[in-house]
Amino acid sequence: MSVDMRTFLAHVELANPVTTAAGCAASGRELAQFFDLHRLGALTTRSITMAPRAGRPTPRMAETPSGLLNAVGLQGPGIDAFLERELPWLAQRGIKTIVSIGGGTVAEYSELARRLADAPGVTALEVNLSCPNMEDRGRVFAREGSTGAEVIASVRSIMRYDVPVVAKLAPDVADIVSVARACVDAGADALSMINNPLGMAIDTEALRPSLAAVTGGLSGPAILPLAVRCVWQVHAALPGVPLIGIGGVMSGRDAFQLILAGACAVGVGTALFHDPYACLRIERELEDLLQARGFHRLADAVGLAHRPPGSAPRHLLVDTEESTP
Amino acid sequence: MQVTGTVLTTRRVDAYHALTVVAPGITERYRPGHFVSVAVGGARTSMVTRRALSIHDVKSDYGGTVELVFTVRGSGTAWLAERRARDTLDLVGPLGRPFPLPRDPVHCVLVGSEYGSAVLFPLADALLERGCRVDFVLGGASADRVFGAMRARRMAETTTLTTEDGSLGVRGKVTDALPSVIADTRADAVYACGPMEALRSVTAVAMEFDIPVQVAVEESMACGIGVCMTCVLPIIGDDGATRMVRACAEGPVFRGERVRFEDVGTIPFDALGAPGGGARHAS
Repeated sequence: MSVDMRTFLAHVELANPVTTAAGCAASGRELAQFFDLHRLGALTTRSITMAPRAGRPTPRMAETPSGLLNAVGLQGPGIDAFLERELPWLAQRGIKTIVSIGGGTVAEYSELARRLADAPGVTALEVNLSCPNMEDRGRVFAREGSTGAEVIASVRSIMRYDVPVVAKLAPDVADIVSVARACVDAGADALSMINNPLGMAIDTEALRPSLAAVTGGLSGPAILPLAVRCVWQVHAALPGVPLIGIGGVMSGRDAFQLILAGACAVGVGTALFHDPYACLRIERELEDLLQARGFHRLADAVGLAHRPPGSAPRHLLVDTEESTP
Repeated sequence: MQVTGTVLTTRRVDAYHALTVVAPGITERYRPGHFVSVAVGGARTSMVTRRALSIHDVKSDYGGTVELVFTVRGSGTAWLAERRARDTLDLVGPLGRPFPLPRDPVHCVLVGSEYGSAVLFPLADALLERGCRVDFVLGGASADRVFGAMRARRMAETTTLTTEDGSLGVRGKVTDALPSVIADTRADAVYACGPMEALRSVTAVAMEFDIPVQVAVEESMACGIGVCMTCVLPIIGDDGATRMVRACAEGPVFRGERVRFEDVGTIPFDALGAPGGGARHAS
């Protein structure tokens, strides 16, 4: 029997829990050359900004042990081009689309939300509070609960009630739970974590930083344990909040870790650079793992690792409970 | 498309490595200028980015083979250099925008610096098929770094070789020999591949002669399929505006005069979306 892989992001149903991570699938067209995007749980776009952005100078990328440093700087054509060309392309095909937005001020996020509020084809809105590349006087919204909450409250008040607002959090904070709680209190319907932690590499031939931007976001398998920890802590504190677990997922087993820690969906990012089919493979592997462990529904595995030591997994108890008169 | 290819042969070509891989799906759609990306390090690798490799040759035997040429630059290419016959490789391709070919049988000079020459041979085949005259200018730092001199001599009308140390052919760079080759062959077009600095000077020479020049750039890439946005360079568009354009998806072949070589590695202040305003009005 196959596993029921459906999952809910707030009230929005996704056919399966695997999404692309923001900034790792552009706006979908590139991956559509390889497979039918309908097979994704959802496609998350790169972070859309108000104005076109040329991004950072090159080199923008450096490979690190089990990871990748990047400093792209949110390169993109801006909201006008996105609404004109990219979103309609996705909407016409009926592809579930999580639109990521990035801004430098609360007003900019609000304006982006306003522009997207009436656009057809937005399944959910992900607010990138944490992009370490934003040239915003070095300040990152996700660093404090209060600034993150301000953005979320404004965006939530503008977006239509039936479009979930997802706050994307950074791991470079003293207490991710307090930031998560502040965002949920401000109206976030779901949270996604983690964005790239900041890292740095130095080129030992050139004797200077490997990236033109000096520091960059670290992604890839190196950050999976960081993502599992963040999802675990936030799920423990806010068990009712849907979480999208993101960070270094390369296999179904990695995704399963995030699910067991409390994520109801999983974002795949850097793995797409290695394997354009990564999302499909990971979904298949995750389903096989669930099936091998006797799960009938993905939902039964969400946060399961939080059960007290010594207790049996709930889903395995179902049969005995039902047979009890 | 993604293909699990099987290594057929491996060989050293002077300072470079060449791998022939059975990769049927890729050869069918290949056009000169296309490249492939290769996963390195095996199944449980810690290397998460793919390596973009030039295609030196495509043959129809064994259902379709590609010959890939590379130089060892780091642990990824070192791993590739250790592959042996019957090993498998995870290839994605063909990728990128191929060389545009002239409609008429014109005279073409093909300029290759270092192992950038590799991509020019399938191009030369396609040009010869169209009745074009092909002349090669190949160069490198030393004799062992001039790629494909023998093959060039067999297929081209003339082949000019240059080395910076004078160990083979003319002492100097490809661009030192290029003006006289263009003049002698009455060239109508130039095609070039190699390091950015070489492409910059080849473009300058071609522009002096007022003939079109197509360059294939070698930018470092993480994905090769257009999603990672790391391989960008400033390119002037049809509307005159400069954009940061992906070498993998919109390139690797560009019209030379459209590449702002002197600004590669920077965001020109007038590029679309440059910090501080730039050409934000353009769309």
